[in-house]
Amino acid sequence: MKQRLPLLVFLAVLVLAPPLLPEFYVTLLNYIGLYSIVALGLVLLTGVGGLTSFGQAAFVGLGAYATGYLSTAHELSPWLGLLAGLGITAAVALVLGFLTLRLSGHYLPLGTIAWGLSLYFLFGNLEFLGGHTGLTGIPVLELAGFKLDTGREFYYLIWVVLLGAVLATQNLLDSREGRAIRALKGGGLMAESMGVDTARTKTIIFLIAALFACVSGWLYAHLQRFVNPTPFGLHIGIEYLFMAVVGGAAHVWGALLGAGVLTILKQWLQDILPQIFGQSGNFEVIFFGIMLILVLQRARDGLWPWLVRLVPVKVDRQRTVAEAEPLPCRQMPAAGTVLLEVKDARKQFGGLVANDNMSLTVKAGEVMALIGPNGAGKSTMFNCISGVDPLTSGEIRFLGERTDALVSREMARRGMGRTFQHVRLLPTMSVLENVAIGAHLRGAKGVLSSSLHLERAEEARLLAEAKRQLERVGLGEHLFEEAGSLPLGQQRILEIARALCVDPYLLLLDEPAAGLRYLEKQALAELLRKLRAQGMGILLVEHDMDFVMGLADRVVVMEFGEKISEGLPEEVQKDPVVLEAYLGGVE
Amino acid sequence: MDLQIALLLGQDGIVNGAIYALLALALVLVFAVTRVIFIPQGEFVAYGALTLAAFEAGKTPGTLWLLLGAGVLVALIDTVIAVRGGNPGRIKRIVLWDLALPAAIAGLVLWLEPATLPLAAKVALSLAIVVPLGPMIYRLAYQPLAEASVLVLLIVSVAVHIALVGLGLLFFGAEGSRTTPFSEAQFNVGTLTVNGQTLWVLGASCVLIVALYLFFGRTLYGKALRATAINRVGARLMGISTTLAGKLSFTLAAGIGALSGILIAPITTVYYDTGFLIGLKGFVAAIIAGLVSYPLAAAGAILVGLLESFSSFWASAFKEVIVFTLIIPVLVWRSLTSHHVEEEE
Repeated sequence: MKQRLPLLVFLAVLVLAPPLLPEFYVTLLNYIGLYSIVALGLVLLTGVGGLTSFGQAAFVGLGAYATGYLSTAHELSPWLGLLAGLGITAAVALVLGFLTLRLSGHYLPLGTIAWGLSLYFLFGNLEFLGGHTGLTGIPVLELAGFKLDTGREFYYLIWVVLLGAVLATQNLLDSREGRAIRALKGGGLMAESMGVDTARTKTIIFLIAALFACVSGWLYAHLQRFVNPTPFGLHIGIEYLFMAVVGGAAHVWGALLGAGVLTILKQWLQDILPQIFGQSGNFEVIFFGIMLILVLQRARDGLWPWLVRLVPVKVDRQRTVAEAEPLPCRQMPAAGTVLLEVKDARKQFGGLVANDNMSLTVKAGEVMALIGPNGAGKSTMFNCISGVDPLTSGEIRFLGERTDALVSREMARRGMGRTFQHVRLLPTMSVLENVAIGAHLRGAKGVLSSSLHLERAEEARLLAEAKRQLERVGLGEHLFEEAGSLPLGQQRILEIARALCVDPYLLLLDEPAAGLRYLEKQALAELLRKLRAQGMGILLVEHDMDFVMGLADRVVVMEFGEKISEGLPEEVQKDPVVLEAYLGGVE
Repeated sequence: MDLQIALLLGQDGIVNGAIYALLALALVLVFAVTRVIFIPQGEFVAYGALTLAAFEAGKTPGTLWLLLGAGVLVALIDTVIAVRGGNPGRIKRIVLWDLALPAAIAGLVLWLEPATLPLAAKVALSLAIVVPLGPMIYRLAYQPLAEASVLVLLIVSVAVHIALVGLGLLFFGAEGSRTTPFSEAQFNVGTLTVNGQTLWVLGASCVLIVALYLFFGRTLYGKALRATAINRVGARLMGISTTLAGKLSFTLAAGIGALSGILIAPITTVYYDTGFLIGLKGFVAAIIAGLVSYPLAAAGAILVGLLESFSSFWASAFKEVIVFTLIIPVLVWRSLTSHHVEEEE
């Protein structure tokens, strides 16, 4: 209860504000609310997802013009206008997202700049939207027979919508889909390998941000009761982004803080600057620009984290994982069944041949080790098998099915779990949540039920599974620590737990023992033996020969991208070709 | 449309395209070397043109005060860093470049009464004021964030852009200006009339492009910039200062921007915020080139110029919409052809 105190105080102030404050401040709060809705979308998009848009004002414009046009020219209900606006915005956002989200980071913001400008000019030049004068006489909004025709009444609608959006966003981030969204910032490779469709996830957050902006525009149109192109120009789009960044782009409340600070500051600067400079104009942008540069240089996380430190309430991070019914598991095939079959695989990067003539098999219930000197092409082979890189020629079969044309998330779906040579986890997320990403495909609830938290039963099962796998690998005591705070060896173990959450038939481990101490290595070997006994197949790349030879059933040795030897551990150890590759030949 | 009009529009498009080409080259250069998407490029166009216009009107341009102010700020910050780092030997250079040079330019401007000078001298003074702003802005806004992600640098660029536009309004007011042409000559080629200024723009663009080509191909500093563009860490290991490379590329970009502004000021009225749209059209061209290829950027710029002039004939109200929407098929094409390289934060 004590933790909720600041929130309750804030809500009480919000509820009591309109009757007590003069009109001017209510108007200001209305605008802060409207801007916050847009900035909240940007928190999701930019701060959490790592994508940036300068064109949100254009989406606000779509929402405002859709209802403005339909409710004046065709006298339709504002609620139909809202639906139309959402529909148009969604269509536009989907097309734009499809065009730009697959490109590397900076094309999306550049695209949104061009898009924001185009739409602004379009609003100003289309006859039926009233050109630069805009549309007037937009009707008053009616809610259950009650007319919202003053700012004081409209205030409650705006803030209910905003707080609803905040709650939905918070819920969404704390869910299976939310973990996928937060995983975007770590680069797509890991998320894809755990079965997350990153292109879809990016499109979803772009869409949500656009729809939030559209709703803000709809509210704006019925509050102002007229629209013209000015508030939807690129510079306003830039200001929205500033609000998110200044407030703290990674925090939902940062959106409100940023919108509040910038709106009040703008009001104040617009009052005093013309007096100082002796002429009128948008001089506040000079200060906004400089302020933003300073925020990015000095406090890249924005003002929210700084504000939180000032509030003397300790947030209790310790949590428990609720007991839940275990997730269904795959039935392991009989020991000896061929899981993976690689035939004549060749991988070429330009002129460099990384793998050639590679063939190997992994059976259920065995540990197959892939060894070889540095640069032999082992990790490339791993990436080809797990669908990260396509083969140049040859074929790969997993459970009898040709898979060399499939992407990594499809491999995860078919029951392949993997770790990475260079650890890929989300350092600021908890150990538990990192591992839960592995179970992504074992849940099915989508964005809508996540935002409403209707998926709590499934979520509990996913987290319980993550906890179970963490206990299995020996990290049960670190569930709520930040993943980045673990030593490197334990981060590798965390990756194994994450791969186990996929519920794989085949586990691909890339140097799992690197950075482990002796006892930890023994514990890891013990775990792998257990998994083997349960019927899982394990393909292992490792440099620690004691570890490999004590554990592996069969060994494949690579050098210069090709297989030079294959057999039982003791056979391979005596093979003169292998000795030459590792120790150099006797001339 | 008859041939006469087509030729006229074509000429117009090529002249604008030449300017966009210069800007696109500068944008590609800055991005390649520093990973900064240089949105404020357009402000240098406006500052160059309006500084010259201020001289012609017999006023002291506000950019001069900006130069002095930025110089003092850079000097202060760098002096503090030099003293704290136990490196007071640097102070001499800081005083020379950040205080003495701007002061000398200011002294020259105030003493010479530029309105009475020949055009070439006015142009030289305008460049002397605007160009040093490039490296100073790099020092103040970008250098502390040099290792940040492209996205953060882009947000900084937008912040610098709006601050400079606001300052532009403060310095030059909301009215636009036009300067006297470099040449009043007119040539008749068949039915087409070619203005002297047109030839100036095209000639200057070609000279600049060749000069840049020689600079990058033949000089040590040019090669250092190319090395930094290809591999920052590798270049640093070879003793190339990435800070110097950043300042140098910003100097070039500021120079190209200011010169572009001076070249077009006699053809079109320049307002304090005109630069942004001009710069963005350079951007569309640079994006056509994927922000990497110089020849493609130049070709894209000509295409943008032609598209703009022809669409202003057919649908003048929508010409900006058409030009900026061009970016969408370009992005589609790039998304289909480019290999996705993932960038981690």
